[in-house]
Order: sequence, then structure tokens, then C-alpha cells
Amino acid sequence: MRDALAILAKDLRIEWRTREGISSVFVLGVLLVVVLTFAHDPSPETAPTLAPGVLWGAFVLTGLLGVQRAFLLERENDCLAGLLSAPLDPAAIYAGKLASNVVLLAVTQAVVVPLTGLFLHLDLVPRLPALLLVCLLGNVGFASLATLFGALATRVRAREVMLPLLLLPLLVPLLIGAVQATRAVLVGGLAAASDGLGVLAAFDVIFAVAGWLLFAYVVRD
Amino acid sequence: MVGPPLRAEGLARRFGGLTVLDGVDLTVDAGETVILLGPNGAGKTTLLRILALLLAPTGGRLCLFGRDATRAPAALRRRVGYVGHEISCYPELSAAENLAFYARLFGVADATARIARLLAWAGLDGAGRRPVRAYSRGMGQRLALARALLHEPDLLILDEPFSGLDPDAVERLQRQLLELRAAGHSIVLATHDVERAAPIASRLAILHRGRISWVHDGRGADAAVIVAAYRAVVAPRA
Repeated sequence: MRDALAILAKDLRIEWRTREGISSVFVLGVLLVVVLTFAHDPSPETAPTLAPGVLWGAFVLTGLLGVQRAFLLERENDCLAGLLSAPLDPAAIYAGKLASNVVLLAVTQAVVVPLTGLFLHLDLVPRLPALLLVCLLGNVGFASLATLFGALATRVRAREVMLPLLLLPLLVPLLIGAVQATRAVLVGGLAAASDGLGVLAAFDVIFAVAGWLLFAYVVRD
Repeated sequence: MVGPPLRAEGLARRFGGLTVLDGVDLTVDAGETVILLGPNGAGKTTLLRILALLLAPTGGRLCLFGRDATRAPAALRRRVGYVGHEISCYPELSAAENLAFYARLFGVADATARIARLLAWAGLDGAGRRPVRAYSRGMGQRLALARALLHEPDLLILDEPFSGLDPDAVERLQRQLLELRAAGHSIVLATHDVERAAPIASRLAILHRGRISWVHDGRGADAAVIVAAYRAVVAPRA
């Protein structure tokens, strides 16, 4: 845990100093929300059914950008060799990178969710706690899988192409669960979202454990 | 169980169908500096990454300090320092921040004082708060050495440490390596630069076609003799 926190603190410090990841993710997120919202021009009745697609489409695309950036930090100057030469459990590297991806995605969500509400004229305040739960579960599930495949993609050629190719098909169950749960929260409430939340929670547990166990084989030769 | 800092027996490494190391035998005793010479593609970097526990061999046996390196790698990593082709420091952080980060990972006691001492030793005390991105090649190389020494390793593995350094920086690095050897550290150093490596060598070895093809006592070794031996080993088969 101590090592994972050290890696998280280091990543956040670098991000705070450069703001490279967050600024590109922020710009892309806002752009996607604006384009998707104005392209559909929804009525107040259809807005709650459009919002989940806008939100999760924006999260996935910005998340891919953020995760690639997280591992580029370790490639520059071969910092990954420095990490791997330390007496760490590789699972601690996974946990630290996972945590930094979760934080980056959470910051993106903190911008994208209110913007979506604003553009679609949705009053999100009464539904905010339930929506935050869906966002958190979706965020952790995405980051669990993306951290594992982000590490894998840094070791292959054409990594910018490989990451989406590897990741997106496996994200389908998460995205279906997230979209269902978000729509249920916006239309009904937390109780109506139980099926989608169950899918998200199961996805999170499965891929966080898989990442924890498999990361050593992914990063070591 | 006590043993030499490094004992490799029949180390092999294949990448797919390509055999890079084909039975390397090498022993390094305490306080010894072994210089590894060899042409491009001889397998020096692969061998050093295996010795630094960054790469698993596909054959043979590696023991560090008398322990099987495949059994207790985390415990052994505390006793090994590695400097590769790149400096393994984050460009957006300062030298002091990079060292503080690695000090946390290695569990270095009294890290602040240790970092200050190492920055002074590396001649970086005046630049310790500047981002590493602004460093020259020589400053980066000295920082990499400081990073590798942070946890006071008994075995230091250096890959081409002289590359890109100006003559003053080379002389300084040679002096630092001699200090480390005198302090009992064992060093394995790969280089193409015979003239710079010869004065600090306890032993020289040539790695060619994945094997140690020639070994020579380095004390008092003449660079011209070594170069002639190198050409005799490498050229006929190159």
C-alpha cells in the first residue's frame, strides 16, 4: 500500500506540474459533450435517454487518452526500469497506476457530468448521489482494465492503435451496465438501477483482481 | 548462505528464435570491478538486465550473494543498483524529488540526509531543485548513478556509463567508481570505451556472440593490449 501511494503521489505531482493529461482530456471531454448534445438537440422528454450515451461515450474516449498518458510517463527515460529494479511487488505498481487513472477520470467526470446536465437541461442535483455511485463504479471498472492493457500496450509497436483494439471489446459489458444504470438513475432512481449497478460491481471486482494478479506478467520480460 | 555477489552459470536468453546469450559464465567477487566489452549486438545489455533482475534468463542459473536470484528477487533487489542506457528519472521532477521517490520505494532510512549527501557527491547539489528535463547528458548520468546508489547496493551494474560524457565528466565518473570499489562495492560495467574503462578494471571480459570469449586481469592492464585482444577475438569472426 505504501508503495502504491508513493506511485500515486508521484503521478499526481507530475500531472499537477505539467497539466498535460488533464488539459487534453478536459478539452476532448467538453468537445464530445458539446458535439453529441447539439447533434441530437433533444427535447426535455428524450434528454434522460440521450444523457447516458453522451456521458459514457465521452468518458471512454477521454479515458483512453488519459490512460495512454499515464504509461508514457514510465516510458520516458525508461522510468519503468527504475520502478522494476526496486523491491516492489508489481501489484503495487498496478495499484498506484490504477489509483492515478481513477483520479484523472474522476476529475474528467466532475467536468463532463455538470456540462451534460447543463446542455441537456437536466436537473441532476436530486439524482447526484446515485449518479456519483454509477460514475465511481464505471470509473473503477474502466481504470482496472485500462491500466492492465495500458501497460501491455506500452510494450508493443503501434501502441496508440493497440490499446483501443485490445480494450474496447472487453469494455462492452461495463458500458452496457453503465449506460443502463445511468438511464435508470435519471429516469427512476437508485433502486431502478440495481441490475446495472450489479454488472458494474461484478466487472470492477473481476478486472481489479485480474489486473492485480496479471500485472507482473505484463510488465516483466 | 554466503557467496560471491554475482555468480552466473550457463546463462542463456532467447527472444523468439533469436539466441542472444548462449551460456554465459561469470563470477564477480566483493570489491571487484568487471568490465564487459563486446561489439554491438553481443548481448551486453541483455546480460546486464538479467543481472539487474529486470529480465529473466531462459536458461542457466544466476546466484546473487549466494541466493538463487529467481527465488527471492525482491530481497536481492535491495542489494543491486542498476544504471541502464537511460537515466530512469522523471523529467518533470527535480533531482531531489526523483531521489525522494526512489528512497520511498527502497525504504531508505534518513532519506533527506542521504539524498543531500548523494547530490553533493554527484556534484548536483546546486541543481538539485531544477527539473531533470533541464539537465545536460552528463548531469543526468550523474543523477542516474546517484539513484542507483541511493539504497547503498553491494552490487552495481552499469550499462555504457561513459557514453555522451565530456572528458571532465568521464574523469569524475572514473574517480567515483574507484571510490565505490575502494568502499567494497562490486561493479559490472559494460562499455565500448576500453581506454576509459581500463584504469578502473579489476578484470576485463569480452562478450561475443552470446558468450564470454576472453577474460583478462585488469590491474595494470594496458589499453593497447586490450584493444589488440579485442580485435583478435571479435574481428576474425565478425
